[in-house]
Amino acid sequence: MVDTPDKNRDKSGETRPVVRAAVPELRAWFAREVLPLEATLVQFLRRNWRDKGEIEDLLQEVYVRVYEAARRELPQAARPFVFTTARNLLINRFRQQQVVAIEAVADLESLEVSADDPAPDRAAIAHEEFRRLQSAIDRLPPRCREVVVLGRIEGLTGREIAQRLGISEAAVSKHLTRGLSALSDMLHRDSGDGARDE
Amino acid sequence: MSEPNAAEVKERAAEWLQRREFWNWSEADQAELDAWLAQSSAHEIAFIRMQAAWDRTQRLGALRKPMREPQRAARMRPILLRVAAACLALAVIGAASAFYLSHTPEKTFATTIGGRETLKLADGSVIHLNTDTVLRLRMDAHQRHVELLRGEAYFEIHHNAAVPFEVIAQGHRVTDLGTKFLVRADRGELEVSLVEGKARIDASEKRDSSHSAVLSPGDVAVATAGSLSVVRKSQTALATELSWQRGVLIFDNVTLAEAVGELGRYNRRKFVIADPAIARRTIYGAVPATDVDAFIRVARNVMGLKVEQKNGEIVFSQ
Repeated sequence: MVDTPDKNRDKSGETRPVVRAAVPELRAWFAREVLPLEATLVQFLRRNWRDKGEIEDLLQEVYVRVYEAARRELPQAARPFVFTTARNLLINRFRQQQVVAIEAVADLESLEVSADDPAPDRAAIAHEEFRRLQSAIDRLPPRCREVVVLGRIEGLTGREIAQRLGISEAAVSKHLTRGLSALSDMLHRDSGDGARDE
Repeated sequence: MSEPNAAEVKERAAEWLQRREFWNWSEADQAELDAWLAQSSAHEIAFIRMQAAWDRTQRLGALRKPMREPQRAARMRPILLRVAAACLALAVIGAASAFYLSHTPEKTFATTIGGRETLKLADGSVIHLNTDTVLRLRMDAHQRHVELLRGEAYFEIHHNAAVPFEVIAQGHRVTDLGTKFLVRADRGELEVSLVEGKARIDASEKRDSSHSAVLSPGDVAVATAGSLSVVRKSQTALATELSWQRGVLIFDNVTLAEAVGELGRYNRRKFVIADPAIARRTIYGAVPATDVDAFIRVARNVMGLKVEQKNGEIVFSQ
């Protein structure tokens, strides 16, 4: 609906394999255009899929589909493309399960995916960013926060953090991993418009 | 549905990132990360996502200690470029420039050992390349023609009687009649498994009805230089054969020798079975195609074998 196969035809009407986007460009596009939609996307998936334990996997699959489609050709507008992909994925899943949640389908059908959907206001987001970062750091578990602050803000290496706190390097590594993973969820999912996981 | 567990992938991405940012990082580590990224789009995306969050936290550090950050930031660039280069090389060996020139009607696609690639064609057809595969594609208004020069590919073809789709491999021809089918070229033998629809196989490039067959779902045709035979397989068996698309190898009561042979298609490391008696033992289960260590753990813990790594070889014994 957003991208039609016809775009991949030459003017001569010749069918040909599609040109790919260069990888760095593709990665930059994904980080710039797709990741900021995560809060709304997660909200959409949660509203339409009963099993909350599968949301992470669904999100991953939407991302993989979007990424692989964009590798062939970058969509002109990321937002409608991402939500169309998510909707199609859910519809497919409903078909496979042969269990159709009526209200879910209603929601899916009514979903607006027009290209002129307003994009999030980037200036406002930038303004909020520092406050949000601080709040994300503050919500980490205490030990985890301490390690992340020493690493990211004080700029210590893993070994230095271990020495400073008198804990093992393996423990530092574990805290950092957990901290980064939690930060990635908080930063990608808390949007200024109140879209937030329960 | 076909991707690894998202929570685990996220965790792994976070682990890679902290390893790279906070600990000694060698060429070998980078190679390991590159390999992980190349394994699936899910890995690549999880890493981009983690990296993006990480880059955002830089703002926090920069505000408080502006002196420390530029060094770390400067390290990222070559790594990303290298990852990019690796991905590109994997996707389009020998054909990079052709991609951008795009008017040549013929293109060659290749995967490395352990690699996997999906080609989506403008007509809606999809071709999945398995490990170590080379395929030449020619498409125009009148023909859709694939030459499978090496390896294995799964074809999901949008049927169009006016523009037939054909695959040539090892001197045999497979013609689509509305189909999903798997083609594997291996040691002078061609194996065609029909998953859905119909296809015709001609055991020579000339259409000669004495050596041809029309396949229906479940049929597996094996063509050699002088013979063509067709057997029927269950849907489960076919699904097993296609499990590589998910990066997994399913072994359904195959011998250790066969399993190791299969694993060898996806990995550069060499396997040696030191003891003929254990070569015939059968195994059952699924392992990640490119995770040799997972297979070693199965051999050790499940089969109770001794596994040693010497001179770059992995040696199995009693």
